[in-house]
Amino acid sequence: MSFFTRTLLASAIGMTLSTAAQAATELTVYTAVEADDLQKYAERFQQAHPDIEINWVRDSTGVITARLLAEKDNPQADVIWGLAATSLLVLEEEGMLARYAPEGVDALDPKFVDPAIREGKDPAWVGMDAWVASICYNTIEGERLGVPKPGSWEDLTRPEYEGHVIMPNPSSSGTGYLDVASWMQLWNEEGAWDYMDRLHQNISRYTHSGSAPCNLAASGEAVVGVSFAFRGARLKSQGAPVELVFPTEGVGWDMEAAAIIEGSDKRHAAETLLDWAVTEEANALYNEGYAVVAYPGVAQPIDNYPANITELMIDADFNWAANNRDRLLQEWQGRYDGKSDSQ
Amino acid sequence: MMVGMPSWSRRWSGESLIRLLALLLALGLLVVGLLFPLAAMLVKSVQDRAGDFVGLANFARYVQTPALAGSIVNSLTIALTSTAVVVGLAFLCAYGLTRTCMPGKRLFRMLAILPILAPSLLPAISLVYLFGNQGWFREVLMGESIYGPIGIVMGLSFWIFPHALMILVTALSNSDARLYEAAEALGTPKWRSFFTITLPGARYGLISCGFVAFTLAITDFGVPKIIGGQFSVLATDVYRQVVGQQNFQMGAVVSVILLLPALLSFVVDRWIQRRQVAQLSARAVPWQPSPSPMRDWTFATICYGVGAIILLVIGTAIYASLVQFWPYNLSLTFKHYAFEALAGGGWTSWGNSLKLAFSVATIGTLAIFFNAWLIEKSEGYRPLRQGLHFLAMLPMAVPGMVLGLAYIFFFNQAGNPLNWIYGTLIILVLNTLVHFYTVCHLTSVTALKQLDPEFEAVGASLKVPFWTTFYRVTLPVSLPAVLDISVYLFVNAMTTVSAVVFLYTSDTRLASVAVMHLNEAGYFASAAAMAVLIFFTSLGVKLAHAAISHLLLTRAQRWRQAG
Repeated sequence: MSFFTRTLLASAIGMTLSTAAQAATELTVYTAVEADDLQKYAERFQQAHPDIEINWVRDSTGVITARLLAEKDNPQADVIWGLAATSLLVLEEEGMLARYAPEGVDALDPKFVDPAIREGKDPAWVGMDAWVASICYNTIEGERLGVPKPGSWEDLTRPEYEGHVIMPNPSSSGTGYLDVASWMQLWNEEGAWDYMDRLHQNISRYTHSGSAPCNLAASGEAVVGVSFAFRGARLKSQGAPVELVFPTEGVGWDMEAAAIIEGSDKRHAAETLLDWAVTEEANALYNEGYAVVAYPGVAQPIDNYPANITELMIDADFNWAANNRDRLLQEWQGRYDGKSDSQ
Repeated sequence: MMVGMPSWSRRWSGESLIRLLALLLALGLLVVGLLFPLAAMLVKSVQDRAGDFVGLANFARYVQTPALAGSIVNSLTIALTSTAVVVGLAFLCAYGLTRTCMPGKRLFRMLAILPILAPSLLPAISLVYLFGNQGWFREVLMGESIYGPIGIVMGLSFWIFPHALMILVTALSNSDARLYEAAEALGTPKWRSFFTITLPGARYGLISCGFVAFTLAITDFGVPKIIGGQFSVLATDVYRQVVGQQNFQMGAVVSVILLLPALLSFVVDRWIQRRQVAQLSARAVPWQPSPSPMRDWTFATICYGVGAIILLVIGTAIYASLVQFWPYNLSLTFKHYAFEALAGGGWTSWGNSLKLAFSVATIGTLAIFFNAWLIEKSEGYRPLRQGLHFLAMLPMAVPGMVLGLAYIFFFNQAGNPLNWIYGTLIILVLNTLVHFYTVCHLTSVTALKQLDPEFEAVGASLKVPFWTTFYRVTLPVSLPAVLDISVYLFVNAMTTVSAVVFLYTSDTRLASVAVMHLNEAGYFASAAAMAVLIFFTSLGVKLAHAAISHLLLTRAQRWRQAG
């Protein structure tokens, strides 16, 4: 027993020593950025600021949002870097974000900055890039099973797609929620629920993450995965037999954004991170995965993305999507949750 | 050692005080590591989000939510089915091992242990490759989907099989040849002596095996998480409520419900253990099988069929981790083992798992064995020692998910003086140690019971303090058992997902959790690679253990043969 307590004490002392030895500030950063890019983000930032170390907490958009809300009274995060703007608007409503105008924020496309800046206030969040809904279609399995390539959202409700469509669960996945929100804005609420009722007949399952449907389509587990362009483009360049489809009705999108958590005791380091997040260099980093970024003139075309992607993006109303998030998700769960992956 | 000791009575009372202190520390470990967290969880289940007492309102809401309440039926169905499959197969194989002269028994025993070395996520991943929409054997399912009850039962059966086999081999090893001779002399047919001698003789082992399999099946999280699809069970509901929706109250409610079947099987198992003791009389003559080619080859076929399936499942995971882009580019590569580019921790999380496993194996083995020794070999403080023994038996009935969640409730309270261990490796060590306490405790007690109580008596009469007797005599003599315990703890700490999934942080991400996250995000090959990595790590440690045990038994433990 005494050995046990001694070891506990020893390791406790060892830990305090080791944290004291590192001069670097450790920032706890909550994010929903794609897992394969996380390392790269931290490395690029640390090249510029080696004195700040990032501790990532990563999960799907809905999970990170729920976690931030649950920790409202005792926040664990210092910074959010890479979470859907609709989620940040919810957090702002709860008073969880600290207002701060990063150095050089004026250079960004105004659409990508918290509108409060126009009223003379400091922005509560700053945008990074846009991520765009897309359908991944497996050409080999499509041919084998006689499932044609879809062209529109409406196509997915046709009988030949029954059991072949996979989509993310909007409660956990930001991509899932932007699909639902965009359908609401395209066809108003009644029309969107009617569409989802019909789509539900063809869905084989709802996945936890927004990448998973495209991954599953790429490995032939499904023919059609409702996902987002980033994942589809990347899988295609890895050699997966997938085609990206941008439905003719228009595609939903959301913005990845960054913010400081109110009450963080590492405010200085947090501001440094935000300053860097709006730089041209950071935006060039975002552009390695996303075709549309906040810093004008930075974006280079990306492989496997259509050139006219901005024309396909609908006129998204993030405020509406944020304000109705809770209600829509409740309704969605009541209707369709039976087919969900355990999250 | 005895030089300069103070007078007998003063020294004795001082020693007795230390003994009491040690016992109280052991009690403290189990109270803080088990009882308080469980109490905190029970409290949470009758509170609302604001922390006010709401009675059974949460439970009422649970029963009224069909999506949640349906999981009870789902869980029971898959647990009962898996139990039937596993007990049936394990009985056939155990019979082959103990009651026939089938060839290659040792090889089969080695094959049969393999599933324990992998996290339960591994068979689930393999099953997708075997029976998924692109799987080699998908036609076997005749159009049914592997994502759901079929996949869960298959995955669980694979993972539980070794546990069931070990129990049944023990049960069937206890046989009395005199009964069979009598039956033969009376002209009883073979099938009849099977039903009147063999089965009744193994009945407690069978019941015990059934309950162990049932508990493992109903509390497992890894298999349904990967392959459950839309089929929700209690364990995945806890996760979904807590991680997906941050609804801790509902998580606590589901945990309490999950605790019930496990507690029930715990009580039944204890009852059986007590009855089993006097079953075999001292005059029994062990029954030795005589060769019978027809029977021996039948059982060899069954056993090697099972062994082949085990190899197939593990081989599939290995293959899956090496294929470039399954199923369209089947060239082989090691790139999926370069997890660096992926979140989920990669090699760092593997390092963390190693750290955890080594800490639990060393700290846990010493703490548990020393506690067992205090309970078994001390004099005085009888009620305290009995209470400790009961507490040591309890962790077996607490599912990992439940314990992990209970730790959040207890250790994450702002007022808790132990709040600082939250989010560190220490809480993972404590949690894992407590989670796997019971089996280690039982192993220690069994080993200690074999030792003559005279050792302590002689030590005391030589005026040697009890801790000296412990580390100079008891510990070295019990080394084989101590090694068994440490390997058991190591392997379980390496493979467990359910207990730690709520407790890791970005600094303490574990390999088993990484498997789950990689799979969740769709990196199926990397998930397989991480699961394979865990498997080979456990296998390496297991082989090292076998080698060391062998050395010890032939050298340091020579007195056993001599004695």
